[in-house]
Amino acid sequence: MSRTYVLFFSTNHAMWAEQVLVARGIAAKVVAVPRHLSSDCGYCLEIPATAAAAAAAILRSSAVEFDRIGG
Amino acid sequence: MGSSCGPTGPEPGAAAERVIYLDNAATSWPKPPEVLAAVQHYLLEVGANPGRAGHFRAAEAGRLVFRARRAVADLLGLHNPMRVVFGANATWGLNQAIAGLLRDGDHAVTTTLEHNSVLRPLHRLQEEGRITLTVVRAAGDGYLDPDEVRRAVQPGRTALVAVTAASNVCGTIQPVAEIAARCRTLGVPLLVDAAQAAGAVDLDLARDGIDLLAFAGHKGLLGPTGTGGLVLADDFDAARLRPLTVGGTGSRSDSVRQPDFLPDVLESGTLNVAGLAGLAAGIDWLHGPGGGPEAVGRHELGLRRRFIDQATARVEGFQVAGNPAGPAVGVVSFTVEGLSPSDLGQGLAREFGVLGRQGLHCAPLAHETLGTFPVGTLRFGFGPFNTAGQVDLAVAALAEICRQERP
Ligand SMILES: Cc1ncc(COP(=O)(O)O)c(C=O)c1O
Repeated sequence: MSRTYVLFFSTNHAMWAEQVLVARGIAAKVVAVPRHLSSDCGYCLEIPATAAAAAAAILRSSAVEFDRIGG
Repeated sequence: MGSSCGPTGPEPGAAAERVIYLDNAATSWPKPPEVLAAVQHYLLEVGANPGRAGHFRAAEAGRLVFRARRAVADLLGLHNPMRVVFGANATWGLNQAIAGLLRDGDHAVTTTLEHNSVLRPLHRLQEEGRITLTVVRAAGDGYLDPDEVRRAVQPGRTALVAVTAASNVCGTIQPVAEIAARCRTLGVPLLVDAAQAAGAVDLDLARDGIDLLAFAGHKGLLGPTGTGGLVLADDFDAARLRPLTVGGTGSRSDSVRQPDFLPDVLESGTLNVAGLAGLAAGIDWLHGPGGGPEAVGRHELGLRRRFIDQATARVEGFQVAGNPAGPAVGVVSFTVEGLSPSDLGQGLAREFGVLGRQGLHCAPLAHETLGTFPVGTLRFGFGPFNTAGQVDLAVAALAEICRQERP
């Protein structure tokens, strides 16, 4: 399955996002940021690429701050 | 205890048999076994620094810290767990709020019931000529009048009202929501010291209208010592707080500027992850086996009542400081006529293993208000693991010490 990444400004936000998305049935997992993506924190969230739009909507509606989705 | 000390020290059970621990207002003991297991799990099996590396152990440490943040947020009615900022204790949270918010020329309001961890940061700013301060006097029974707090506010000048949710001397629960409503009307931020109340009193920042709340993780929340912090209401502008400490956060490492987002902006340096893992387990215990904070609060209040009733009946000259019957957490301060609290406290500990705390409890103005300054009182703080049987033993011990000490 193809994967994409949600990037954050802080690990703390990544942890919150992981909990929020998993609770909504999205297979999200905190992983180290892949080398081809840059980010301010060491972690990002790996999600199924097909869930990108849904994840963005859920994070926005839950007020979880994130940098961007992609890569 | 010396005889039970082997090469690895005394057995935990041995100490528990000999001691009736009634000093839960200082820090709670024992902790639920789940708290020990969580601390051990982190130290043995996780062990990494959250947010400071890309490996999976560091991610797991980050998850443990997040669980504690979520648990505190849920307990206190916050939507956003990023608004829970961890520090070493309640004192840190109070200092961060007070020194972080007040600017030169501001006026602040506090009360005579406060702990020195509120009074001293405010007093220092006042002594330095940076703020003016009004200290509202509580009634002699240990309760604040919300309208007196409102009258102390100087519209346009007052930048902070700081009030305890429950007295650490006499246990009285304060009308925090009523005070908050008045502060909201006047547009003045309210800082609540929940060191004694959290875990036993139902507090909800959104419902009650509290802006800032400092908590201790190691008292009613049943976590290890070295845990506590500050919580910011969902609608409180975090930019108003100047960080007490700046430094490494693991975020925005490309910049020499402190990040501006919560919790990182107020949370520099490695956290007490072992303690926070234990704190999350402590709060889980409160909701699970403990039956919920309100049930725990009722249990502790029941022990307070039982103690007061029995000691009043059995100990001549027994006197409770503050209101013996009003809303309270499981904390009671008392004196016995003709006997010094310090002799009583030492005698109870030495002869009967009944552990309370004598003196002024870091709250000199509260003792003045209650009429127990400068000698102080003996204080018992009941916890979730104390029993009615222990209260009965403590009363019997108190009666016996009084018999021995009286000429
Ligand atoms: C009402 C009150 N405020 C503040 C504190 C300070 O708490 P900590 O020891 O966690 O800094 C205490 C406890 O000692 C307290 O009872």
